[in-house]
Amino acid sequence: MQLANSATDVDATEDGGVQATVTNASDIESRAVSTSITTDVLPSMSATDLDVPALSTDLLVEMYKKALTIRLMEEALLASAEEGQIGGAMHTAIGHEANAIGAAAALRRGDYVTCTYRGHHHGLAWGMDPGRAIAEVMGRSDGFAKGKGGSMHFVSPEHGMMGANGIVAAQVPHAAGLALASHIRGEDRVAITFFGDGALFQGVMHETFNIAAKWKLPLIFYCENNRYSEMTPIWRTSSIEDIYLFPRSYGMDSMQIDGNDVEVVHAAVSQAAERARSGAGPTFIEGITYRLAGHMAGDLETYRPQEEVEKQQAYEPLTVLRQKLLARGVDDARIAAIDEEIDEMIDEAVAFAENSPWPDPAETYLDVFVSTTYGEE
Amino acid sequence: MRRTTYIQALNEALREEMQHDQNVFLIGEDVGHYGGLFRVTRNLLDEFGEKRVLDTPISEQAFMGMALGAATVGLRPVVELMYMDFTLVAADQIFNQIAKYQYMTGGLLNVPLVIRGQQGGGKRYGSQHSQSVDSLYAHFPGIRVVAPATPYDAKGLLKSAIRDDNPVAFLEHKMLYFTRGEAPPPDEEYLIPIGKADVKREGADLTIATFSYCLLQALEAAETLQEEHGIDCEVVDLRTVEPLDTETVWESVAKTGRLLAVHESYANCGVGAELVARAYEEAPQLLRAPARRLGMAPVSIPVSRVLEEEALPWKNDIIATVLEMERG
Repeated sequence: MQLANSATDVDATEDGGVQATVTNASDIESRAVSTSITTDVLPSMSATDLDVPALSTDLLVEMYKKALTIRLMEEALLASAEEGQIGGAMHTAIGHEANAIGAAAALRRGDYVTCTYRGHHHGLAWGMDPGRAIAEVMGRSDGFAKGKGGSMHFVSPEHGMMGANGIVAAQVPHAAGLALASHIRGEDRVAITFFGDGALFQGVMHETFNIAAKWKLPLIFYCENNRYSEMTPIWRTSSIEDIYLFPRSYGMDSMQIDGNDVEVVHAAVSQAAERARSGAGPTFIEGITYRLAGHMAGDLETYRPQEEVEKQQAYEPLTVLRQKLLARGVDDARIAAIDEEIDEMIDEAVAFAENSPWPDPAETYLDVFVSTTYGEE
Repeated sequence: MRRTTYIQALNEALREEMQHDQNVFLIGEDVGHYGGLFRVTRNLLDEFGEKRVLDTPISEQAFMGMALGAATVGLRPVVELMYMDFTLVAADQIFNQIAKYQYMTGGLLNVPLVIRGQQGGGKRYGSQHSQSVDSLYAHFPGIRVVAPATPYDAKGLLKSAIRDDNPVAFLEHKMLYFTRGEAPPPDEEYLIPIGKADVKREGADLTIATFSYCLLQALEAAETLQEEHGIDCEVVDLRTVEPLDTETVWESVAKTGRLLAVHESYANCGVGAELVARAYEEAPQLLRAPARRLGMAPVSIPVSRVLEEEALPWKNDIIATVLEMERG
């Protein structure tokens, strides 16, 4: 790796892809603004020897159903946002699904998860109901947080889903605290926290790396590297090219994996969970993935060429899962039947949310303090 | 009753609550092996072990966020900030996360933790180690704010804070640590409810509503005012600033007709401004003269003894303000 005073530079290759190289800081000015490293589909290098066992066909079918549920729910949400039914900032994870699904399948009931405001896929992967999720995003009374949290604050303690967060990296120490709780109580629960590549540059991330590694907390750091921090490509912001190398300076094991392949994600998280449960401490996983939709509903996406997005469509999680199913002998007709089933389910979920009553305005004043209403004490 | 220091009272409260509930644990800088910079957590590591008394790196954001995570699954962290000024270092976790978590989750999760440490001036620590953050904390819904002034109140309120299911900011004062006061022996348990003020001096002419170290300054000022000017002040110790026990304050003002709010955080947008505003909104008929507030001068806190004393709203300022109010 190159160190200080260098930055990732990018050159187009003959096949239309790009290669990341490193150049001196003085050359940065001459770089074409629209260039990015994000057209690489797969991890730029294999950072770990990861044994990837094949998952059962039944599990892959379930994973496909889940991935499609997430995808169709988010597409429905984007449509609702266009219709003006959803306010505020809504960030979809279209293209990220495999990271959440592979991880959720690798962990046990009783384990904990925290995640970013791009957290719909984690919520559903961990078992949250799409109808109540959509109702929450729309601010209806059947939302799991009664419409108080919305898209950026998915939460469902009964599923171990301990909260998505609106502040970049803020959820990371929360997961460390959950892992600490497990450690203090002598339990074998592990915690996993999801964040994006942009979170790597928040101070609290590095504070938590250090404490988790020093205390050997049963924690998994999972970076969904979609290679854009909001609207800025990572090569513009990161001092090093491969961010999985950051946690190594804290003495932590880390690996860079294909985040679009559920079997790879499952294998990596399984290995990290085993390490965590054995008392060997935290692991950092960098899942290389790609955000196919904008940073948020309404994003103009002026920062990346359309060809880049199109190229990624060839290797996005649903495509990868369909290929796996076909290779296992699950035929097109069966897949089409699943597609229809999930499509109907999401239609019903949207209808449920749209028919959910608005919250009683009196709800505004509840939940500020425990078991009380503001002003009554 | 026996006499004990404020620090000893805090230490006993922590020890008793850790014995009472195994979910209680301490986390912060130097709280374990060193026993806390001001020795509040002395000997607790030896008694409760490394899983319940955790020495952290100097990473306020991380350990504050970790306390939140642990609290959401039923542990009861007591977080020490070595100086309450470091609230500002951990501000995202305190105000964006801890204070809001229960609300944002629609009540699915709550955050039973205590953030404690000392604030205030008087020891010439300068601008970044002498601030009072009570008004800052009180501005955000979702977090209780307690600031006791006596060893007796400190012990009873810290025990209540640890048992409260809401986040509580427990604000000590560096000038109070070595003060002594009466308290029952350690084996006689008592709790003081959060949100209850206490009349520390009865008087007929003017109500001084205050808390934390300013209580001691107000009591001294009241003696001087009585002896030298014949003005008989009633001194109400708010003890808790969120929620404010206005009922007790209005009872006092009903008797005196005059209200002066005093605290060491800034007067501008402070707890005193809030109390005075509420007096005009809720009980204007009780006021026989304009209510006033007195707080820290609007400057960063200087180091020089002379300058610091000038900036702090202590005894002489209280006396001067009361005399102005009496002269009308």
